[in-house]
Amino acid sequence: MSPTSDMRPAIFWFLSGMRGITSLPAVILMTSFVGFSAFAFESGISRGEAIFMTISIWALPAKMILVGMMASGAHIAACFLAVTLSSIRMMPMVASIVPEMRNEKTPTWLLLLLSHFVAITAWVFAIQRLKDVPREYRTTFFAGFGITLTLTNTLIVAVCYGVVEAFPPVVSGALFMLTPVYFLASIWATARHTVVRLAFVIGVVGGPLMALVAPGFDVLYAGIGGGTLAYAVDRFWIRPRRAAGEGAIR
Amino acid sequence: MNGDWWWTYVVIAVAGWLATDIWRWLGVLIGNRLDEDSEALYWVRAVATALVMAVTAKLIVFPTGTLAGSPLWLRIGAAGIGFLAFLLAGQRVGVAVVTSTLLLGFGLYWLGV
Repeated sequence: MSPTSDMRPAIFWFLSGMRGITSLPAVILMTSFVGFSAFAFESGISRGEAIFMTISIWALPAKMILVGMMASGAHIAACFLAVTLSSIRMMPMVASIVPEMRNEKTPTWLLLLLSHFVAITAWVFAIQRLKDVPREYRTTFFAGFGITLTLTNTLIVAVCYGVVEAFPPVVSGALFMLTPVYFLASIWATARHTVVRLAFVIGVVGGPLMALVAPGFDVLYAGIGGGTLAYAVDRFWIRPRRAAGEGAIR
Repeated sequence: MNGDWWWTYVVIAVAGWLATDIWRWLGVLIGNRLDEDSEALYWVRAVATALVMAVTAKLIVFPTGTLAGSPLWLRIGAAGIGFLAFLLAGQRVGVAVVTSTLLLGFGLYWLGV
């Protein structure tokens, strides 16, 4: 295959990734970023700083934590610790989509570069859509979506900063609900394995429960412990039974 | 402590950018060694899902900002009924989002929050 024959499909897949900007998750995330602009403004973060945060950190929860820490005048080391603890989830998130995204020829530097655009929304989008994209164009497709989403939201922060000082409480409260409800529904809808559904239920119950027992490390315990529990139940209880059931039918 | 304008950018670059991207890079290095449909990948998927759902559930149960003063039953009720509607409607994500948001909005208005 000559490079020119690859040219057109590559652009097609990049553009079709870009088109994801009009999808429901992207629109919900954009409204969340309007909310973030208002939050940054209220917390005394400058426009330039808010823009730099959006493009460099990208994940919304990590940004909220950093803004909160900076506003309280915390030391840089304390800020680093709080943000990095909240971001450990990025590791299994990225690790779980990389095997689906690459092929034998995908260079590691490209995956390292693209991993920056992974946050919960892009992760859900990748799980939903990558399987319908030819393997050789999956990185191109993800780049089209991830880069467009990040740059668009950076633009939203640049434009909306200081414009929206505060929504009426009913509106901001309802807007705040969009993101978690979207995650609940879309992650359930895209779960292709029993183990993912188990982990979903254990995470939903375990997160708030551990927050009462072990604040600060709650998400880690619920995630690593809950995920491992889900895996163990699936592997040693559900899968043997399913195999036995299939055996009986035959 | 340090009044220079660039210092804040250093804080963001170190305590924000680096603090999040090191985990993404580690994820690439680990993911590169995992085969599709290997046992290890099943476990990684389970952990990633449980982590994300723990974060999500905490947003509903322990919200910050405007919703912090709203009753817990309203938030859990709105999310729960929305999720139920989503399941009944053949897992259409839009149904969950619209139902939950409207229920919460009406609830907040009705309670005068």
